[in-house]
Amino acid sequence: MTKQKKYWKGFAELANDPIIDKLRQNEFVEEIPIDDFLANHNNLSESKTSRRDFLKFLGFSTAAATLAACETPVVKSIPYVVKPEEITPGVANWYASTFYDGNDFANVLVKTREGRPIFIKGNDAPYSSSPNARVISSVLSLYDSNRLQGVIKRNQSISWAKADSQIINKLSNANGDIVVLTNTIVSPTTQNIINDFSKKYSARHIQYDTISYQGMLEANKESFGHRVLPTYNFEKADVIVSFGTDFLGNLFNKSFEKQYIANRQPKKGKMSRHFQIESNLTLSGANADVRIPVKPSEKLNLLENLYDSLVGNSSPNDKLKVIVDELLNSKGKSLVLCDTNDKTVQVMVNAINNILENYNQTIDLTRPIFTKSADDNAISQLINEMNDGKISALIISGVNPSYSLPNASEFNAALSKVDLKISTALSLDETASLCEYVCPDRHYLESWGDAMASFNRVSFIQPTIQPLFNSRQFQDSLLVWTKSKINYYDYLKDYWSSKVSWSSSLHNGIIELNEKRYFVTKFSGQVESIKTKITDLELSLYQSNSIGDGSQSNNPWLQELPDPITRSCWDNYLTVSASTARKYGFSNWNISNGALNGDIARLTVGNIVIENVPVLIQPGQAVGTIGFALGYGRTASGKVGNGVGINAYPFVINNQYTASDVKIEKMEGEHEFASVQLHHTMMGRDLIKETTLNEYIKNPKSGNEQLLYDTHKGKLAPDQIDLWQAHDHETGHFWNLGIDLTACTGCNSCVVACHAENNVPVVGKEEVRKSRDMHWLRIDRYYSSDMTKEIANEKEISAVSKYKAMEVPSENPDIAFQPVMCQHCNHAPCETVCPVAATTHSAEGLNHMTYNRCVGTRYCANNCPYKVRRFNWFNYAENDAFDYNMNDDLGKMVLNPDVTVRARGVMEKCSMCIQGIQKIKLDAKKDGRKITNEEALNVTACSSSCPTGAITFGDVNDKEHYVSQLVDDDRSYQLIDHLNTKNSVFYQTKIRNRKA
Amino acid sequence: MQKESPIREPLILGDKSYHDITVDVAKPVLAKANKMWWVVFGISLILFLWWILSVGYTIGTGIGVWGLNKTVGWAWDITNFVWWVGIGHAGTLISAVLLLFRQKWRLSINRSAEAMTIFAVVQAGTFPLLHMGRPWLAYWVFPIPNNFGSLWVNFNSPLLWDVFAISTYFSVSFVFWYVGLIPDFAMIRDKVNEKYWPLRKKIYGILSFGWSGRAKDWQRFEEVSLVLAGLATPLVFSVHSIVSFDFATSVIPGWHTTIFPPYFVAGAVFSGFAMVQTLLLVMRKVVGLEAYITIKHIEYMNIVIMLTGNLVGIAYLTELFMAWYSGVEFEQYAFLNRATGPYWWAYWIMMTCNVISPQLMWFKKLRTNIVFTFILALFVNIGMWFERFVIIVTSIHRDYLPSSWTMFSPTFVDIGIFVGSIGFFFVLFLLYSRTFPVIAQAELKTIVKSSSEKYKSKRHE
Repeated sequence: MTKQKKYWKGFAELANDPIIDKLRQNEFVEEIPIDDFLANHNNLSESKTSRRDFLKFLGFSTAAATLAACETPVVKSIPYVVKPEEITPGVANWYASTFYDGNDFANVLVKTREGRPIFIKGNDAPYSSSPNARVISSVLSLYDSNRLQGVIKRNQSISWAKADSQIINKLSNANGDIVVLTNTIVSPTTQNIINDFSKKYSARHIQYDTISYQGMLEANKESFGHRVLPTYNFEKADVIVSFGTDFLGNLFNKSFEKQYIANRQPKKGKMSRHFQIESNLTLSGANADVRIPVKPSEKLNLLENLYDSLVGNSSPNDKLKVIVDELLNSKGKSLVLCDTNDKTVQVMVNAINNILENYNQTIDLTRPIFTKSADDNAISQLINEMNDGKISALIISGVNPSYSLPNASEFNAALSKVDLKISTALSLDETASLCEYVCPDRHYLESWGDAMASFNRVSFIQPTIQPLFNSRQFQDSLLVWTKSKINYYDYLKDYWSSKVSWSSSLHNGIIELNEKRYFVTKFSGQVESIKTKITDLELSLYQSNSIGDGSQSNNPWLQELPDPITRSCWDNYLTVSASTARKYGFSNWNISNGALNGDIARLTVGNIVIENVPVLIQPGQAVGTIGFALGYGRTASGKVGNGVGINAYPFVINNQYTASDVKIEKMEGEHEFASVQLHHTMMGRDLIKETTLNEYIKNPKSGNEQLLYDTHKGKLAPDQIDLWQAHDHETGHFWNLGIDLTACTGCNSCVVACHAENNVPVVGKEEVRKSRDMHWLRIDRYYSSDMTKEIANEKEISAVSKYKAMEVPSENPDIAFQPVMCQHCNHAPCETVCPVAATTHSAEGLNHMTYNRCVGTRYCANNCPYKVRRFNWFNYAENDAFDYNMNDDLGKMVLNPDVTVRARGVMEKCSMCIQGIQKIKLDAKKDGRKITNEEALNVTACSSSCPTGAITFGDVNDKEHYVSQLVDDDRSYQLIDHLNTKNSVFYQTKIRNRKA
Repeated sequence: MQKESPIREPLILGDKSYHDITVDVAKPVLAKANKMWWVVFGISLILFLWWILSVGYTIGTGIGVWGLNKTVGWAWDITNFVWWVGIGHAGTLISAVLLLFRQKWRLSINRSAEAMTIFAVVQAGTFPLLHMGRPWLAYWVFPIPNNFGSLWVNFNSPLLWDVFAISTYFSVSFVFWYVGLIPDFAMIRDKVNEKYWPLRKKIYGILSFGWSGRAKDWQRFEEVSLVLAGLATPLVFSVHSIVSFDFATSVIPGWHTTIFPPYFVAGAVFSGFAMVQTLLLVMRKVVGLEAYITIKHIEYMNIVIMLTGNLVGIAYLTELFMAWYSGVEFEQYAFLNRATGPYWWAYWIMMTCNVISPQLMWFKKLRTNIVFTFILALFVNIGMWFERFVIIVTSIHRDYLPSSWTMFSPTFVDIGIFVGSIGFFFVLFLLYSRTFPVIAQAELKTIVKSSSEKYKSKRHE
């Protein structure tokens, strides 16, 4: 028998103390005197806890509870319960997608962070079309708080189910025609769905282009048998003669900068020659080698003269002599364009290009562009039919005719006679607010889709975020109304899966189909005379670089994006030349804080009169002409876009964007412009160094002569004379940013990309007027002046009059663009003056700005020779005085989580997208490799969004990085290098292909 | 006792005995204020309220309520700062430098000039604070140990030098002023009737640090005064030199000028004396001190104004010459733009007030005329304010890149803070004139036998 072991917990247990037993029965050995305490009144009053103590306890607990409530406000953030596989917090996902809104088309990559799209840049895949400023900004339009949150019936929200059953009912019982009115549809599946819908309800489909290309479409039909737009191969054109076509600004919603610059590389010793004959100063005109300002009517006469000269019917006009010679010398390698929306003119342009053997060389009709194909007559006919009561249902998608039609009031009146009006607008725009049902479409970033913008090239649209609102894609709506069981996603997938690999196509964003080529006949147009009477004053309408046709006018980034030429924002205005302004008594002047004010005018074209139009004096504007931007003057755009500028669409008469016999009168009153640049000439300073191609070939350093100082050691360059100890830039990275001024077209993409990437605030018109725009990156635009140092020396003009004259731009000036951001000086004037060391230098050649440390003395900004530092004068976020995207929860979703939103009183500036640098450094370190050139090029928002590759970024200590080759190029220089600030940003001379 | 030549004009007029001086100096403190004082005080108080509102609005809303912009980051704020610091200089110069040079005429004016210094430096000190975007973090400019890691101030920054310069200047000036006040506070303490004003008696008792008037007290007093004068003298030159470094060490054409330190010091003394004139001409009338602040005193100060005005004028011309001689086009343009650009009027106001008008002081008739002196002093004050405005605003509003050129226009808040600071200054000065002995009577009494009219005429007989 084994001995039982006894385990005891204490001696008391061992000794069998009775208390153990007692404890087992009763947890509390001593009785708690609850009854004594509460039941007995006497005890209570005698208890040690006096009333004073009670009050103390009460006071303490109240105070404690109150203090506990004093917490910093709770910011709700909901963690993933189940983490989506593809999302890693802090790591961006990129998706290929496509932007198409009837006006702009681009293949894009969408950056999403934690499921939110926050940045858009171009898709580098072959054949893709690069995004312009409007496309890059479109990510903000996704988060527009003005968007509809669900279906609306006569301003009351109803459910989709109800709306659908009512609509289907009404459509089925319609006794008149049913019309689907859309923009040009480039999506094959959407077209099929519309066709199915049309079949079911025997409806008609009408396409309407806000900006019409009818003339070119019809001309191509007549000349070549196809009603299409051609593909232009600017990269193959050695001589480009553009009669007003702003192919760098707006031409068939495509971008041509990349191709244009591809043939303007001075390093190759060859550049295209670009002649621009135009009335407004456009981006293309600003980049042209030779720019001839003429009236729109004179332009047509010159075009006819060119045709006549080429066929040998007459001798060329003085202005065209050189052009004709050069065109004839580069047959098959030239390109003639004209922007006039008239068939006869375009047939003549086709004939000219045909004579010059440009077809199948620089112009490709076998690969047409489909983004504009509407027939202008269709919509006028629709208005008539609506008036006659023939139309009983109208479904409007993607267009806003109540705003953009010149005869919008007629359209609106006719619309009221239609029984069933359905709009699929994203917000209650001018047209939608007149419709019975508004079934909001989805923003493209929430949508599926496809687009065949040009022949055989299909781009895909994929959603990058869950739909923000209770919206439904237009295609899905049509499918529902057609009573189809399938949803659009399946429809799309089924359609394409049979033809291509679905997932890889979606991944790439753009694919090329292998269908047979377009068959194009030989030119067979009938050339007719286009002689036009020249009138005193002519109008020509244009799309501004930021607002375009006005569909995105509620986007504050775009409203605050300065026009690259006028450098004004939040406005449209009449542009007139100085001499025209003098003739009609208009002037512009600066008020005491520098802001620009101007006279206002009454503009009359035929029987259309618009009053209170501001007049802006524009160098380079042809004498006797007026420019006026479309897309402004929206009334139902939203809180940002409403009432900005004046609607110019009423002047689009017979779909012509020019008008003759225009009258303009000065009115009482003045207008306040918001200009970010108030001085327009370089004042004889060599900020933009330039030379001609011939000079460059002779001497690559031409125009870039090094300034030398006389010293006791002889003549020395500024960087050889140094009081300071240099930073060590031999070891580690040394980041540099190069800007090729020859390749910069001034397109503004970088400005808006920087805005998006770095959470740059929008400050509004009033603040811009106070010279407080916040752009970290700006594109300075300089005009040449008639006065130069040489002329002043020659004529012995006094310094005072010389500088006064230098301030005045020439009537038809040379234009140069210069993107300027923080130059990241390696001897930075800002760094030495900050009392709290908030701005410091990095070992990698960057100038850091520590927002948290900044106390806001602004000394750094004063001491910055480049004036790139921006101060937070107010709180720009969550401030009702700045009611833009940073003031509502939805708009804040666009903010880049990698970049701090700056508080008031803090200085900010370009960081060279330090968040991106950090990312590629970590990526490379993780992979144990060097940082690649491509990676580096995509770091900064500006370099990654530059369509022409003018901006390059990289490590100059790594010889594989492109920028390290550029930095030592003969064309490279630093801005105001005599200051010896040793910038990490360098420029390359601007080279014009001009026969000096 | 010192002997003084009889042909020297007396510094104390009338038949003033020691007792008379005591009574005259104690009178404004002990008697009730007159109507004039209340009117001026009322106006100053209203301006001061405007200052409080403007400052509150600025701190509450942001620097954006001023007229500044991306190009012009400093305008009235730093103009006012430099102007007030400059004004302060006269006090130190009068009490310290003139003490070392044994200029007895300083004795009637040094107390008020020093008070003006203190109050002007107080005004000046508000501007660097207010011009900060985040003034609540102003303590970051002090090199104090902190919990931000190894974060330290930037000793390269002239703004940091300013912090040291201004704080040193303020403390030394204040101590110097206070030491001088001790025997005079004791005098008032002794004059106050305890029965009627026990509190006052007590306060002046505390303020006078138990001064007993023993010979040892006097000896120590003299020694400390001399030591402090020695300490304060270099400050007269260093403070404004350092303030000028804010500009001189920068890279902005029109700021980057090696002549700035002496030029700023001359300008500071110039404006300071003008402010002393402005204040004393009024005070001698209101408080009845004509016997102590005589035409001779005014004339002496006018001569200093004329001298420093000419120094400033030479500096202006040197700047222009250097701009031309340097051959640097940015530099040349900066100065051409000053004189002929959009702010030409500011430049010519500066030139007229600071260079041309002091030339009138060559005429004895004018420099001994009280009304003329007063007007000219105002002119100089205005001119010197514009000098700073011209240096600051017209240099940065058009610097290197013409694309960033713009203009500056003040808002009502800018104006409020400037005018309000004048109100604040006068509130302090007027309170001082009613509670402090406005003349250093104890020291003044040391020259009664040498330089007063009474004793001079006696000796003459």
